[in-house]
Amino acid sequence: MADVTLTPGAGFRRGTASPVTERPAVRLALMLVAFAFLLVFLVLPLVVVFGEAFAKGWGAAAATLAEPDTLAAIRLTLMVAAIAVPLNLVFGVAAAWAIAKFEFKGKAFLITLIDLPFSVSPVISGLVYVLLFGAGSLLGPWLKAHGVEILFAVPGIVLATVFVTFPFIARELIPLMQAQGTGDEEAALSLGASGWQTFRHVTLPNIRWGLLYGVLLCNARAMGEFGAVSVVSGHIRGLTNTMPLHIEILYNEYNIAGAFAVSTLLAGLALVTLGLKSLLEYRYGDELAATGHN
Amino acid sequence: MDLSIRNLGKQFDGFPALDDVSLDIRSGELIALLGPSGSGKTTLLRVVAGLEQPTAGAVFFGGEDASHLTVQQRNVGFVFQHYALFRHMTVADNIGFGLRVRPQASRPPRAEIRRRAGELLDFVQLSGLEKRYPAQLSGGQRQRVALARALAIEPRLLLLDEPFGALDAQVRRELRRWLRDIHDATGHTTVFVTHDQEEALELADRVVVMNRGRIEQVGTADEVYDAPNSPFVYGFIGESSTLPVRIEDGQLWVQDRTIGLRAEGAPAGDGTLHFRPHDVELLDGCGGCIAGVVVASRRVAGSRRVELEIGSAGNRVEIELPADHRAAERSRIAFRPQRWKLFGDGGEPLPHAGHAAQPKAMAGAN
Amino acid sequence: MSLAGAAGWRFSKPSVVPGFGLTLGFSLAYLTLIILIPLAALLLRSASLGWPQFWAIATDARVLHALKLSFGASLLAALVNVVFGTVVAWVLVRYRFPGRRVIDAIVDLPFALPTAVAGIALTTLYAPRGWIGAIFAPLGVKIAYTPLGIVIALVFIGLPFVVRTVQPVMEEIDREVEEAAATLGAGRAQTLLRVLLPGLAPAITTGFALAFARAVGEYGSVIFIAGNLPLKTEIAPLLIVIKLEEYNYAGATAIAAIMLAISFAMLFVINLLQSWSRRRYG
Repeated sequence: MADVTLTPGAGFRRGTASPVTERPAVRLALMLVAFAFLLVFLVLPLVVVFGEAFAKGWGAAAATLAEPDTLAAIRLTLMVAAIAVPLNLVFGVAAAWAIAKFEFKGKAFLITLIDLPFSVSPVISGLVYVLLFGAGSLLGPWLKAHGVEILFAVPGIVLATVFVTFPFIARELIPLMQAQGTGDEEAALSLGASGWQTFRHVTLPNIRWGLLYGVLLCNARAMGEFGAVSVVSGHIRGLTNTMPLHIEILYNEYNIAGAFAVSTLLAGLALVTLGLKSLLEYRYGDELAATGHN
Repeated sequence: MDLSIRNLGKQFDGFPALDDVSLDIRSGELIALLGPSGSGKTTLLRVVAGLEQPTAGAVFFGGEDASHLTVQQRNVGFVFQHYALFRHMTVADNIGFGLRVRPQASRPPRAEIRRRAGELLDFVQLSGLEKRYPAQLSGGQRQRVALARALAIEPRLLLLDEPFGALDAQVRRELRRWLRDIHDATGHTTVFVTHDQEEALELADRVVVMNRGRIEQVGTADEVYDAPNSPFVYGFIGESSTLPVRIEDGQLWVQDRTIGLRAEGAPAGDGTLHFRPHDVELLDGCGGCIAGVVVASRRVAGSRRVELEIGSAGNRVEIELPADHRAAERSRIAFRPQRWKLFGDGGEPLPHAGHAAQPKAMAGAN
Repeated sequence: MSLAGAAGWRFSKPSVVPGFGLTLGFSLAYLTLIILIPLAALLLRSASLGWPQFWAIATDARVLHALKLSFGASLLAALVNVVFGTVVAWVLVRYRFPGRRVIDAIVDLPFALPTAVAGIALTTLYAPRGWIGAIFAPLGVKIAYTPLGIVIALVFIGLPFVVRTVQPVMEEIDREVEEAAATLGAGRAQTLLRVLLPGLAPAITTGFALAFARAVGEYGSVIFIAGNLPLKTEIAPLLIVIKLEEYNYAGATAIAAIMLAISFAMLFVINLLQSWSRRRYG
């Protein structure tokens, strides 16, 4: 072997492509396709919202926002979210506690039931309450006789919103708490902490970022829900119109700039939600581990 | 096929994973790349396969410069540490993959591919598992499938990255013998990476000991064990005891006594004495020996390990005694290494007369 | 808290952690009140319709057309999302470029942006005088107020489902598998098509099904761009709303029941598919 003369050939080419990636041209093409698709389908609609809102100047947009009906819609939307989100928060924590910290029969089925609202059309989510409380239902006449207003009133809107946003927080917390197990809680209990103290000082700090993440998504959906709320609200201006419903009315009245002006508020909320969500994923990704993206 | 590696260098973010590595491997040899993690052995294997591009140097396949060939063109069989079997393909489809992706002109007909896969399964003793999916196999079976898949392309070279790393001890030993048989049956030039010296010494024709991106020593099992050429190799392969010594007048000294070992030609100064714990003779009296006080003694299988404290500087060495030797705590034991080696402060081997296999030429090494 | 039965059957495993009864009890009560009873009301109502009436509603030309349009447009949109969503996921997982994090965040926009806002924005964009509509109008292609517009809105809604289902699976791909394919002689295209894509198939199928299921029920983003002409661009959820506004509860209930049945059947199939692929490929 010692006498073999080895003559270098073309030699090694610097930058020869790695075997586990595409050629630069292919890479560029794929990136362009992806960017173009996202630009057309996601970015442009967002740009349109802000562009149309301010097409007639800031003054026109501000004027729409200052109208009493708009203000009433904003107030109602905030109120509905302020009721629906905490309700689903309490449910989410309770359900996740029961499911993640204990073994019991029928657990998988319970998780399926919790996911149910995800696979129900928003319109149907509203419809079920109409069928339950409406004029033709069993409860309808009784409610009417006692002067209880649910449909075409705030309680109906809240119920529909709760239905639609029902799984958000539970879905976030269940896998997270399952991954964390019961070791920390057992340690706290063995040190003499009460059940509430254990939850407050051990469990809650462990799940706080996941909880916040779930609340963010739940809130965004609660404030933006359209289909379900549309069915139960009755569209009474200034009374049962949430922001998304108000946008529809303005749009149908050809007040395009006004519709988009109100839209900027919700689009802004969406952007803030996305920003915070990304921040949470970036900073506390490991503490959100095992979370899905719904 | 011969494999020649010439002055290979590979930088990872300014850190040299390979540093001027040259190596010649003869056709049909079974070679082990042995070293601790981070020594560059896997990087070397991946550069040879074309999975990494070197920053300097060249790789020759049988006299042909292969450096510019892509990994697909090199036609090497590579067995990955975690097997990298294709999960959604059956065992037979995994093995036939390399043939199915060939260009139409050189692709065997479908029936031929199936026949070859069956043959190879027989060869790796897994007949009947054609229709299984990788998830349904044991670790040892996956390893065999990975090897059969690599052999299916009739590689010029067989490369294995820690082939037994993910298996338990029992399966490891079985597969080790089996790999040797496979190698002898196919005659492929084979290079495998391992951090397990027992595996390397038992299996390989020659062992390449690597450390910090450089080759420390290349040799047969006997050569690297009996004549390690650096303190690293001495320490990494087999067990060793070390003792700081002084060289004066061609003699080795520990503090103010000579220890009865001659080192003619070694320059006066400080050095380190290396020897195997079992390569010692016990002496009664001490006229030119190493004497120490027993500080610990434990029974290890068929022998007794004794830790001695030598001199007042508190240096400790370990020696191996017969199991029935009564080494009482605080008693004195005197011994002399039968085979030993002397290294200077910089790790360079120093000439001496104490080693049968010691080539004189070493004196010029520095 | 365990409801121990006679033959050692236990509802739950004993645990030192407290609060099982309280949290499970509350969860079940809340679930029953908010979700189960209302859904049961829907089922009862549709059951009380009687088969002939149900059949008459289901086979009404307008209803049939709406269902066909909803499922057809959803299928098309989900297919578009499978192709482009997979490309987007690949670019986000494999390539490093400035602004990657922002683009990754933008993918979730359809989750966060209220559907009504998306609806009017898409309509404005694709209307004949909109930025994109104006490009196609001279070619004689109308997008808004046609079935094509419905597909566009459903693509918007479904995209994140595909990307977010496929992305984590792509991140898990073992580089060794690609390297193995390369050492066996496979070119990059062969590796992508024969090794990686089949491995991603279960995730892509799941993403497709989620996008499809969501699209079938979608209302807010579609009704603005659809034009809502009966027998032309009227989707099934809108027809439910129209029936309700006409106080035709029977009609609304029947359509809802059909949609729910199809959605649940699909979810069931997805779950079967997933557990099958888990069993087989590990």
